[in-house]
Amino acid sequence: MVSNVNDMLAVNIAGIKMKTPVMTASGTFGFGLEYSDFVDLNQVGAIVVKGTTLAPKAGNSGRRMAETPAGMLNSIGLENPGVEEFIHTIMPRLAKYDVPVIVNISGNTVEEYGQLAARLDKTGVAGLEVNISCPNVKQGGIAFGTCPDSAAQVVREVKAKTTLPVIAKLSPNVTDIALMAKAVEAAGADAISLINTLLGMAIDIHTWRPVLGNIVGGFSGPAVKPVALRMVWQAANAVKVPVIGMGGIMTAADAVEFMLAGASAVAVGTANFVNPYAAVEVAGGIRDYLTERGLNQVSQLVGKVNCG
Amino acid sequence: MAKTCVLAQIIENSVIAGDVFKLIVTAPAIAGIARPGQFVHLRLTDQLDPLLRRPLSIADCHAANGTLTLIYRVVGRGTMLMTKLQPGDTVDCMGPLGNGFTLTGQRPLLVGGGMGLAPLVMLAKAFCSRPATILMGGRNEQELFWPNMYAGVCPNIHITTDDGSIGYRGFTIDVLPGLLEKEKFDVIYACGPHVMLQGVAAIAAKYKIPCQVSLEEYMACGVGACLSCTCAGTSGKRHKVCTDGPVFWAEEVAW
Repeated sequence: MVSNVNDMLAVNIAGIKMKTPVMTASGTFGFGLEYSDFVDLNQVGAIVVKGTTLAPKAGNSGRRMAETPAGMLNSIGLENPGVEEFIHTIMPRLAKYDVPVIVNISGNTVEEYGQLAARLDKTGVAGLEVNISCPNVKQGGIAFGTCPDSAAQVVREVKAKTTLPVIAKLSPNVTDIALMAKAVEAAGADAISLINTLLGMAIDIHTWRPVLGNIVGGFSGPAVKPVALRMVWQAANAVKVPVIGMGGIMTAADAVEFMLAGASAVAVGTANFVNPYAAVEVAGGIRDYLTERGLNQVSQLVGKVNCG
Repeated sequence: MAKTCVLAQIIENSVIAGDVFKLIVTAPAIAGIARPGQFVHLRLTDQLDPLLRRPLSIADCHAANGTLTLIYRVVGRGTMLMTKLQPGDTVDCMGPLGNGFTLTGQRPLLVGGGMGLAPLVMLAKAFCSRPATILMGGRNEQELFWPNMYAGVCPNIHITTDDGSIGYRGFTIDVLPGLLEKEKFDVIYACGPHVMLQGVAAIAAKYKIPCQVSLEEYMACGVGACLSCTCAGTSGKRHKVCTDGPVFWAEEVAW
């Protein structure tokens, strides 16, 4: 029985112990250090760092961001300094904080995912999020994330090469999200996170050209929340492993919706760009909500939407 | 002191010319430490549309009374909403962000095009003891309200307009080589459209004069997390315009 007010937000996702259920979504919080002037990183549930690849990656050229009504499109293309730079330079600085660090990994081949998983073992990271769903890269993106067999293959390879908890991040750009969720669960995923960005596009009517250099990009922000919520609900009903819900969460009320839909934890993404304190404020708001409702543990919300 | 988010109160929000506005806000925590070339990131409303903050260069800064002056042109929904701000209203102001200009040299030349002239006001003031010369360009006379802003700060003002309605007819980069040959400037600071900065960088390299440029890019976070605003660097690495810049030495940028 948990009743201590300090414990009411604590969650354990596949062995990753978090002080609050509110994580930061990959690609939206840098390596966390970028926000350390604003936020006490010790108060964040978990930091999911930028998508990391074996070799450094320059990302896409041309314009990389476009604002849309209540949302944004990005086509960063996984720019990152590579796994060695992360391990040697960035992780030692993150290790000074009392916060689980989860590395989002991305490969061009199944083997590369395995190499990344092996390399990150015993480096102090708390878990791996397998990015089988980045819409902005030609290889290793949609090909893995939209086919149940290849998604499962990647997860199996990663599981074979690491002792760390493995979270499979699903793409929303599929017909049947429950099918994908079951496939990665069967392959051994310890948890599932969703959604990654939706594939989107914007066109400049003055030049008749696409706004983004990459033509298409990942659509995120509060505009995508209803889609994300529906998919989290469908996925959570299809699997037994914990689901981490994300997609347009700006407030505690948004987060509570995701938890009622079946998410055991949530991540804020685009909200960080607008409000650096979002992850901490959302957690505080969930605590207030629980208190008002007379609940003493955040897990009491999980999956409690009444569809009857 | 570090970068912070504060609720900044509007002191003044007035039209300077056409669709250009001057916004003065009280933000002591930022005004106390801001340097020329840095910027602030404004959140205008708690509504979700427009969603993102708006980056604005700091045109002037009074540490003593804690105010920042921002000059903006109405270009879209966000800046249109900004025009509605009234004295007494507040905006969420994040700053000071980015790296500013490096103040070196005894004979600085400032080159500004269009709204790129905004951050150079604060820079020119920083050079007061060794007055800066400024070369400014715009589309037409109506857009060239800037000499008023630089009056008493830059004793020598050179003007170009695209249509010749005031000053030399043409671009700043047409006039720049002649100025460099006539006077012994030892550093150039430039801010304006990309094509102008590219031209200034090439001319500065030709005349072997150190040159800093302030770049503008679409950005979301403003703190180096999202990587929306990166630009190619000559070292092979990409630079973050928001945190490595917006001010760069011209030779750092792969034009």
